[in-house]
Amino acid sequence: MANVLTAAPRPVQHHAPGENYLNTPKGIRSWLTTVDHKRIGIMYLWSVLAAFFLGGVLALLIRIELLTPKQTIMSAEAYNQVFTLHGAIMVFLFIIPSTPAALGNFVLPLMLGAKDVAFPRLNLCSLYIYWVGTLMAIGSILLGGIDTGWTFYTPYSTSTGGAVSLMTLSVFILGFSSIFTGVNFIATIHKLRAPGMGWFQLPLFVWSMYATAVIQVMATPVLGITVLLLFMERVLKIGIFDPALGGDPVLFQHFFWFYSHPAVYIMIVPGFAIISEIIPVFSKKTIFGYKAIAFSSVAIAVVGFLVWGHHMFVSGQSELAGAIFSFLTFLVAIPSAVKVFNWLATMYRGSISLKTPMLYAISFILLFSIGGLTGIYLGAISVDVHLHDTYFIVAHFHYVMMGGAVIAFLGGLHYWWPKMFGRMYNEKLGAIGCALVFIGFNVTFFTQFLLGTRGMPRRYYNYLDQFQPLHAFSTFGSWILGAGLFLTAAYLLATFRKPMDAPRNPWGGRTLEWETESPPIVHNFDFDPILTHGPYDFRPARTRPNEPVAHRS
Amino acid sequence: MNRSLIEVDEPSEQHASHHPNLQHHFGTFEQQFDASKIGMWLFLATEVLLFGGLFVGFALSQAAHPQAFVEAHHHLDKNLGALNTVVLLLSSFTMVMAVHAAATNQRKKLIVNLVITLACAAAFLVVKYFEYEHKIHDGLLPGQFYSHKGDTVPNQFIFFSFYFMMTGLHGLHIVGGMIAIGWVLRRALRGDFDAKYYAPVDLVGLYWHLVDLIWIYLFPLLYLIS
Repeated sequence: MANVLTAAPRPVQHHAPGENYLNTPKGIRSWLTTVDHKRIGIMYLWSVLAAFFLGGVLALLIRIELLTPKQTIMSAEAYNQVFTLHGAIMVFLFIIPSTPAALGNFVLPLMLGAKDVAFPRLNLCSLYIYWVGTLMAIGSILLGGIDTGWTFYTPYSTSTGGAVSLMTLSVFILGFSSIFTGVNFIATIHKLRAPGMGWFQLPLFVWSMYATAVIQVMATPVLGITVLLLFMERVLKIGIFDPALGGDPVLFQHFFWFYSHPAVYIMIVPGFAIISEIIPVFSKKTIFGYKAIAFSSVAIAVVGFLVWGHHMFVSGQSELAGAIFSFLTFLVAIPSAVKVFNWLATMYRGSISLKTPMLYAISFILLFSIGGLTGIYLGAISVDVHLHDTYFIVAHFHYVMMGGAVIAFLGGLHYWWPKMFGRMYNEKLGAIGCALVFIGFNVTFFTQFLLGTRGMPRRYYNYLDQFQPLHAFSTFGSWILGAGLFLTAAYLLATFRKPMDAPRNPWGGRTLEWETESPPIVHNFDFDPILTHGPYDFRPARTRPNEPVAHRS
Repeated sequence: MNRSLIEVDEPSEQHASHHPNLQHHFGTFEQQFDASKIGMWLFLATEVLLFGGLFVGFALSQAAHPQAFVEAHHHLDKNLGALNTVVLLLSSFTMVMAVHAAATNQRKKLIVNLVITLACAAAFLVVKYFEYEHKIHDGLLPGQFYSHKGDTVPNQFIFFSFYFMMTGLHGLHIVGGMIAIGWVLRRALRGDFDAKYYAPVDLVGLYWHLVDLIWIYLFPLLYLIS
């Protein structure tokens, strides 16, 4: 994988010592008008973390309400709004932009050795659109709330009151921010790779980001037109989804899931991206099956477009369609398993160091495996008919979304925190935080698998007394999970109280972002990077061919 | 591609510091042009998918209410629709000529062709205005605003819901295209473009062809139902 190129390195950008992208230039105005991918990534990061906090508090409220049957702390109407907002905020405002727009924006151009993404102004535009969409989503909470669930199923969503129209417009607008990020990443990966970096010298993070970007670009417009049609149905009564007007409510489900199932992969494939970086670095071993992992991301992106019908096994879909969708759903398991086995093979006989990012990566493999395998149960029609709309579904998608996407995001956050802010966090607290999150998560959500198999329906405000012990157990778990996340927030924020102490490459990574300073300078590199080794070349230095040390000015 | 990047490494910095139209993070004009073309094609793909949702919705609604759709489409004026199709096809031709003129350094020809394209777009909107006015007058409006009297087949409002959403969204794209063409025209008048740098003309051209193409599908779909 090693490439030997001997073009002369030369200094391009001069900078004073101590200057980096965080402090040059100074002032809030320079941040709001920046086109620097690193600053946009950081602003996205704080925005999605704020959304995560809000969605997390709502989740804790849901769990407290479900501690006992009937009313615990809120009315049934309030409960409907709280779980809708929890879902909508977590999906549209947190998870979808979290890894691509926050971490990806920061890391991807650095990994490619580029100075910026292909369209920096479009990148800033994406952030502003995200902010506008967020304000509209928050506005819809204040102006009447939404009680449809995050899926906005018709005909309930066309007839219920509240601020559903505003929320659908918000989702429409947020879609553009996602599309712009995707367009930017595809063009960047095609055209801005450092000399010497062919497609198979790309870090696997970039491959997964590419697959994600393709889904973002191809699926999001369909969500856009879907929510626009829903908006029109509410405002003009156009007669497409509402059966009372001659429309077809199942058509809405088809439209919605044509986007929203691929959106599951917009959320989880970036998780694969992060894990594929962390595992080899903390195993000090070349990734096993580079091409298999790279192509499995693309395979998931492609097959992911063809499985939306598995959300509608009990919605009056034809039996033949159900059987085909069920079969295609099983197919997704293959590339997913390819990844898991390759990660495990990478760890096998590696020199594993259990730093916080690696703890999150291992948690990811365990939790994602449970989430993925329970997905196969649900893809089997006969089992799904039994488990449909129970807590089994809730547990399954939380294992994929939180146990997969969010755990990977947290791993990536810890992995790149020193690069982003130039500061190391407390490793011991990191391990404790990860352990609390892992235990709390399993207590909360594994319990819900049991609730589901025993017949507890999802989204219900009230329930039979026999479910109370398991609900209470799940709620206790949510407190452990919350404690772990608050601890993590505390020690990460505490790093800002001490001076910058992170070296260029604290973990011994081999991808290009570790070759510049922590935090990076404004123009990313003080030299023109030329790739001389593969992204996972962990052979001892003396056995590597032609390692240039001269390319730093 | 990588090889060419290395070869042009040295002169690229000269450009970066001297040519105002080359952004700092690109090495060469070629690289910048290629990147922006990828971006535009991806954007066009999203447009196709956006309209695709409407086309699917239209097809399924038509399948559910075939009689109503056939009945409703008789209210549309085929001749005006055909006229607009010709107008847009002509504008696409002049757009191609404009791009060609830009690529071959013919500034005057570029400006003339852009002006004709812009005029065709305006003509399209004028014709559309008269069509809309007629529909509004007859109460052939979308959804709950439909108030046409004397229908023998029910549910015709669904056809007009789609008619207004599809032609309306397309009309917005025409307006957007006119703004983009106007911006390119202004830059052409200022003398920004030469054979080396004419990417904006090319990209706006691509967009304009898509807007044209969508109409080519809309016209038979809405006006020529049988």
